[in-house]
Amino acid sequence: MKLWVESAAILAPGLTGWTDGRAVLAGEKPYEASPLAPPVTDLLPAVERRRTGSMVKLALAVGHQALFCAGRPVDSVATVFVSSGGDGDVINDICITLAGSDRQVSPTRFHNSVHNAPSGYWGIATHSHHPSTSLCGFDWSFAIGLMEAAAQVQVDRQEVLLVAYDAPYPDPIGGVRRVVEPFGAALLFTRDRTDRTMAELEVKMDARPQEISRMNDLALERLRTGNPCARALPLLAALAGAQRQQVTLERNAGQTISVSVRTF
Amino acid sequence: MQPLFINHSAVASGAGVGLDSTVIALGEMRSGLAPCEFETVALDTFVGQIADPLLAPVRDDLIEFDCRNNRIAQLCLRQDDFEQAVRGAREQYGAARIGVFIGTSTSGILETELAYRRRDTSGALPMDFRYGTTHNTFSVAWFVQTYFGLTGPSMAISTACSSSAKAFGSAARMIAAGLCDAAVVGGVDSLCLTTLYGFGSLGLLSPVGCRPFDADRDGISIGEGAGMVLLEKKARGRSADSIALLGVGESSDAYHMSTPHPEGLGARMAMEQALKSAGLQPGGVDYINLHGTGTRSNDATEDKAVRAVFGNDTPCSSTKGWTGHTLGACGAIEAIICALAIERGFMPGSVNTRAVDPAFGLRYLVDNRDQAPAIAMSNAFGFGGTNCSLLIGRVQA
Repeated sequence: MKLWVESAAILAPGLTGWTDGRAVLAGEKPYEASPLAPPVTDLLPAVERRRTGSMVKLALAVGHQALFCAGRPVDSVATVFVSSGGDGDVINDICITLAGSDRQVSPTRFHNSVHNAPSGYWGIATHSHHPSTSLCGFDWSFAIGLMEAAAQVQVDRQEVLLVAYDAPYPDPIGGVRRVVEPFGAALLFTRDRTDRTMAELEVKMDARPQEISRMNDLALERLRTGNPCARALPLLAALAGAQRQQVTLERNAGQTISVSVRTF
Repeated sequence: MQPLFINHSAVASGAGVGLDSTVIALGEMRSGLAPCEFETVALDTFVGQIADPLLAPVRDDLIEFDCRNNRIAQLCLRQDDFEQAVRGAREQYGAARIGVFIGTSTSGILETELAYRRRDTSGALPMDFRYGTTHNTFSVAWFVQTYFGLTGPSMAISTACSSSAKAFGSAARMIAAGLCDAAVVGGVDSLCLTTLYGFGSLGLLSPVGCRPFDADRDGISIGEGAGMVLLEKKARGRSADSIALLGVGESSDAYHMSTPHPEGLGARMAMEQALKSAGLQPGGVDYINLHGTGTRSNDATEDKAVRAVFGNDTPCSSTKGWTGHTLGACGAIEAIICALAIERGFMPGSVNTRAVDPAFGLRYLVDNRDQAPAIAMSNAFGFGGTNCSLLIGRVQA
């Protein structure tokens, strides 16, 4: 499947925004893993913003960044949201409540517990009626989201914003599901080449599993393996670079997908 | 879109396990809802529960996936010769050419709810608790894929109550994009404390069995269940015509997290998009299986939205009085009910509904009708303002 990338965005420790992150991923600047400040997004009205946790803010902020860079209206694209398991803070709070004697779950917390909460808030924030889906593929979520987005561009012939995000879980669930740092990335795909196109991608499923792309920098490689959505890093690094590159990402069932990246 | 054939399907819910028993329950107007006795839940509500003895542990070699949600998935896979059909498809297409697209809202979260009760003195979860293969949203898709040894694209679609309707959309796109030749598409959700107490906190649980579109409707009844179909480009069997997925429409309300758009704007867009994708006019649809949850707001806005697209004359009903609201599974279960209605020649009415709200204008069926639809629409809407409509119909093979 061939598709065009119009913009990219990233929010992670030491990678705050594409301009800054691109230079690091291209190897022009050293990577310094300073903690990620809580993402700020002015997309949502204040009353809704107060109802959201840091994960929704991360997803909205990184998605908004990608559209802002492309100079596109926020209500102009379909969206694919992908996370390896949703909002750990909300799930932890609900499970603590349900394990206690008073099982009164907060209504806001309950509607924030759905996997598609970021997608729902995105709609409220952007007034976009375009289709939006929310997927999960455990550790392989990013590759699955990329395939869905590519299929939407190819089949539905529409612009698609892919937003991938995962954040650490609090204990005790964090003890059984370790996500090391928050990480969000967004890519805006278009059906045709535009003035702003930054790269061309060719996504294909490999007939046989190929060797997975890794990061050369040890700290970035720790981030890649420590956060499922950070499996996007090799693709983002290829987008940051000047050469033609081939990136291999693991998908489910021990299989891989390969992405040929040609930057402009 | 190019029609995709529904050559095999299977279903399990509180209303019936297997296609035949589901049709019998529908025909006899026998609701699967009963007062909630699930787990330790102390709520004044009804549920559509699958009886515990039916939920056998998952296959020995997949024991790491064992949880209520995957047991329900397995129960469904073992109905209606579905398992054999998927194995046959694997022989034909190859394991890598069959995708798995499963909608779920809460997957196996019940396991985590129960594990939190067993935290040790340091607050840690018990050693025997497995998160990834049970609670994680992907678990059920991973389980189904591993159950059949498939290696095609696989995903869990989790958009609350539209999840498994949207699974049809993702599957159709991936088949059209050439990433797979066939797909196991379905939805699975299971009773858990999060949804029971969560909907309770929103004041949306009916103290009696849900009564969709009734003037006295007072909320939902949560159900559990699974529906699975094998979606293929070609028809199977010798019948002159077959049943296929004809169209999919998806949209967003962009209005509120847990309340539908008051004019049903997003719902209307999803229905219009489904018609467009199937190349059909509203008059070409013979029956609509409504989302029809039984809440005051869902049914009122859906009445407006359907009338805006179809006018007042298309027969329609909600089957949630039989199954309860199976959340992430309802899209698949109700698509299968549409396929059954077409194949076996009936239009379901609405069990539990006594008198349709006089404020509504739709041709809402309370009693079953002995008339075969050729094309049916199924609506599924969810939290976050997500909407999906499917068109299922008879086509010449």
